[in-house]
Amino acid sequence: MSGAIASDNTAARQTLTLRGRKVVGGVAEGEALVTRQHISGWGGVDPRTGTIIETRHELRGVSFAGKVLVFPGAKGSSGWSSTFHTARLMGMAPAAMLYNETTAKAALGAVVTHAPTVTDFDLDPLQHIETGDWVRVDADRGVVEVVRRAT
Amino acid sequence: MRLTDQEKAMADGRDGPGIQKAMDLLLRYGEALGAERLVETRNVCSMFTASMPFQRDYAIRQGSMDAMLSEFNLDSQETVEIPPFRAFTSQLQIGFDSAHAPSLGVGEEMMRFYRRSEVHMAGLGAQLMNTCTPYQVGNVPTRGEHCAWMESSAVIYCNSVLGARTNTEGRESTSAAALTARIPYWGYHLDENRYATDVIELDVDVDSTEDWGILGYYVGEQVLERVPALTRRHGTIRTPNLARLKHFGAAASSSGGVEMYHIVGVTPEALTLEQALGRRAPQRTFRYGEAERRATYERINSTAGSHDIQFVMLGCPHYTIEQIWEAAMLLQGRKVHDNCALWIFTPRTIKALADLNGYTRIIEDAGGVLMSDTCSAVSRMIPPGTRAVALDSAKQAHYLPAAVGVQAWFGSTAQCIDAACTGQWRGALQ
Repeated sequence: MSGAIASDNTAARQTLTLRGRKVVGGVAEGEALVTRQHISGWGGVDPRTGTIIETRHELRGVSFAGKVLVFPGAKGSSGWSSTFHTARLMGMAPAAMLYNETTAKAALGAVVTHAPTVTDFDLDPLQHIETGDWVRVDADRGVVEVVRRAT
Repeated sequence: MRLTDQEKAMADGRDGPGIQKAMDLLLRYGEALGAERLVETRNVCSMFTASMPFQRDYAIRQGSMDAMLSEFNLDSQETVEIPPFRAFTSQLQIGFDSAHAPSLGVGEEMMRFYRRSEVHMAGLGAQLMNTCTPYQVGNVPTRGEHCAWMESSAVIYCNSVLGARTNTEGRESTSAAALTARIPYWGYHLDENRYATDVIELDVDVDSTEDWGILGYYVGEQVLERVPALTRRHGTIRTPNLARLKHFGAAASSSGGVEMYHIVGVTPEALTLEQALGRRAPQRTFRYGEAERRATYERINSTAGSHDIQFVMLGCPHYTIEQIWEAAMLLQGRKVHDNCALWIFTPRTIKALADLNGYTRIIEDAGGVLMSDTCSAVSRMIPPGTRAVALDSAKQAHYLPAAVGVQAWFGSTAQCIDAACTGQWRGALQ
């Protein structure tokens, strides 16, 4: 069932499935990097390293390269797509993206990043995914599987 | 998405590979948005000319302007020939001011490449306005006109003050729009998404340009990407001019993602609060009083510490001729301090007017520089040795510390000119 918490007995770890709408197709997996704060692209991210640089952002100094980036939505400059586009050309793009709020910035940014991306979820990814969880994104099917980080 | 026969033909390659790649990008983007169709546009603001080292290096490595444009402007890894534009297209701000290249540390190789890209893009139909404020220099859309603009401070002005319609597009989508005269029909193109969701009740007078900047920063933090309607709790709002709304919108689209706002009795889709709200109840209501004003001022100034100022930058978004006049009058008979630099940014065509009016001479005689085409946050160019900068733009104060690693003081234009002439920040919220 969508959103049900299943128990994986062999690994004794919890898994969770979220369902949403495909933004950009493809399949990818990686460690989650979660922020409840909106992300500024141009001026908020250094595309050469994929690092958040916005003053007072909770992820300041942290890179999203290779991570499954989970965030509420995009804010700030219209250079959002260019910044993520450049991060991809630098090899510093996120492996996948999950966001809640569809804006032109976030949608175009996801398209040019070529990272599998999902939105419009049945369960809020910000409530159900934590930084460090292992996340598998099948954007073509709109399915996101979350394996909790061992605590 | 549902496409017209014309659009299907463009997508199928009838008009060549450049148009086909542009349609491919628009279709991928439209699907990502959940858009049902495209809309025709005759007004595009984008970024084409190559004024960044990364683009220059890419173009040189791949061997052509078309290679750079295919990747950076159309997200096409296959190099296609970029044909002339079909829509009226304005070039936004760029990475430096070519008239001040040596003092900005721009080398000859970069300049040669930039000149080449400038000629190339003008040949395709790009209007080389080179400003974040195209609405100041000949691109003033009419109410209801469907546009494809990028530059968040221009987008919010286009939607809110002019009543034209655009989302905050990006480099790739606006480039595709220039080539196809199409953009996804989504978001702020539709009536129902333009109504206010939130109400901001002003409980304090908002009058100066500085005050409008502080209010914009507060509004962006509170409503993020939703649509606010501003109203005065008692009485009416004193009508703000172009410069005030330019600063207000730039701040609101930096601290948040505001793309559209209403000011009751001022902006065209808000003759009344009921009209602004589309006769619905607001989702949230915020009260902006003296306490909120002071707390916001403190947050904009959160990076500041040292009172020794090495650099004063004005013109974010690009100054109006009225603001240049004001700065020149404040500078007349004074000198910029030996330990400080003063740079003011405006569109090229307004700089020509400032030259004619004698303002450029006044600024230069005082030791300041009037520049065009760029700003410090975009170019990442500041005078060597700058540790603390003074700004009259909440937007620039938001971005510049992160972009170049300096402290920033935000205040009024008069306080900034005073800092330039004394090398000391003595400003405080009035």
